Amino acid sequence: MTSALLFAFSGVAVIAIGLFGLIGRWRIERRVIAFNLVGSGMFLLFGAVAARRAGVDADPVPQAMIITGIVVAFSATALFVALIERLVAETGRSTLPEDTPDEDA
Amino acid sequence: MTPVLFDAGLCVLILGVALASVIVREAFAAIAFFIVYGLLVAIAWTRLDAVDVALAEVAIGAGLTGALFVGAMSRIAQAAEAQAAPRRHPERLAVVGALLLCGGAGAALIFTVLQLPEVAVSLASLAEANLALTGVTNKVTAVLINFRGYDTLLESVVLLVALIGVWSATPDRFWGGPPGLQLAMTQDSVLGFFGAILPPVGFVVGAYLIWIGSSAPGGAFQGGTVWAAMLLLAVLAGLIDPPLVSKRSLRFGLVLGPALFLAIGIAGIFRGSFLGLDPPIAKTLTLAIEVGLAVSIAATLALLVIGKPRRAA
Amino acid sequence: MNALAIFTTVFLIAGLFFFIAGTIGLLRFPDLHSRLHALTKADNIGLGLVAVALMPQAPSIFLAVKLGLIWLFVLLASAAVSQLTARSALGHRAQLGSGETNDPGPV
Repeated sequence: MTSALLFAFSGVAVIAIGLFGLIGRWRIERRVIAFNLVGSGMFLLFGAVAARRAGVDADPVPQAMIITGIVVAFSATALFVALIERLVAETGRSTLPEDTPDEDA
Repeated sequence: MTPVLFDAGLCVLILGVALASVIVREAFAAIAFFIVYGLLVAIAWTRLDAVDVALAEVAIGAGLTGALFVGAMSRIAQAAEAQAAPRRHPERLAVVGALLLCGGAGAALIFTVLQLPEVAVSLASLAEANLALTGVTNKVTAVLINFRGYDTLLESVVLLVALIGVWSATPDRFWGGPPGLQLAMTQDSVLGFFGAILPPVGFVVGAYLIWIGSSAPGGAFQGGTVWAAMLLLAVLAGLIDPPLVSKRSLRFGLVLGPALFLAIGIAGIFRGSFLGLDPPIAKTLTLAIEVGLAVSIAATLALLVIGKPRRAA
Repeated sequence: MNALAIFTTVFLIAGLFFFIAGTIGLLRFPDLHSRLHALTKADNIGLGLVAVALMPQAPSIFLAVKLGLIWLFVLLASAAVSQLTARSALGHRAQLGSGETNDPGPV
């Protein structure tokens, strides 16, 4: 079990954990964190698989793609957060209507 | 033997912190765990010989995203005070179903990873062979700005689009105003002190990161993010009032990076190909593109964290 | 093991001791201010000992100085953040785990 394979499996596990959080949390702002975990896990998986190389030099293309991905994930998160804040301002709650349980009288 | 042991320990920590971030009840605790997760993943990147990625991850993934979340959580907590937390836990069946789904997805991914060839196809030798044409010696910078400049150009535009999206969520009455809330600076405040001392240091550090990106790990994104952090610090300390959203000079600074990159790319058409950097002047062009990008990245990232206008002009 | 490795190991273990103490304090102390008190021990002394442990291992003087600089910056950051956290907690009488942003979650 090489280091790279270990990190790849960790990346997969983080994706699974993030997916669990994305499904399981009521509040949307917690889902954003889970969404970020999924993205970061994917980058880890990608980078670790690319690190299983023959030569000494690291492959720069996947690294550049991952840097691009990190920046884009951040912008998506910022947009996500702005939309949540607008939702909270409009409806006063940060859960989606279909997720909110029926109010008890 | 020992390196694998260290990596195994690191992976256990990463998984534990990620799980904590998802499971814990308090929102701020989740953010704290997420930031720690980002730091640990940055160490993992260093172990994978991807130092540029580690810098970007710790600056953007852990630092800026954490700041974004903290600001968002506090605003949401204030606004949604009256919100009753859903008292009922999800049914046992739903939790088991979610676990099965995630476990299944994870298992499928692991199976796929095991199917991949033992040794990954690497473009490192190709990049190494053509490195002399790019004028820089850092392979990742060469790939970002030169070999795959198209991706970076589009990425800088994506940042702008995200900012436009964030600003679009502004209520009409606040449009044109300064972004974020008014922060008062009290005299002798800790934040005021650091907001005055740290930005000049951070400016130099960011400029160094951009400059050194041609030959060592660094580059426009990492340096630009340090600049963005300094801008944020100055704004949070109340020392700078963020400029009005409608201000021309602000908008000019935001588009400077993508516009410069695009202009150089179009100029490249006359010499051969779109976004082709002529080898004799490639280093100068790369540096110019990186500085322009860093300015735009700093402004855009800072504005993304500050958020949309919340008061009228 | 030569003297250098012994030096590094001793100081690393000393730094580790302070980090463990700080973590126990974080977990066991009753309120925000005492937890901050415990955390600063980890940040200041713990990190300082770790930096001192690693300095002789650095390949050049410049890198050893950089390690010291890292410790200095962490000191500045943790001092600023501790001050801010403590003052704001004093103002709001907040305690960790106030339950404001509670969310039962999946488990």
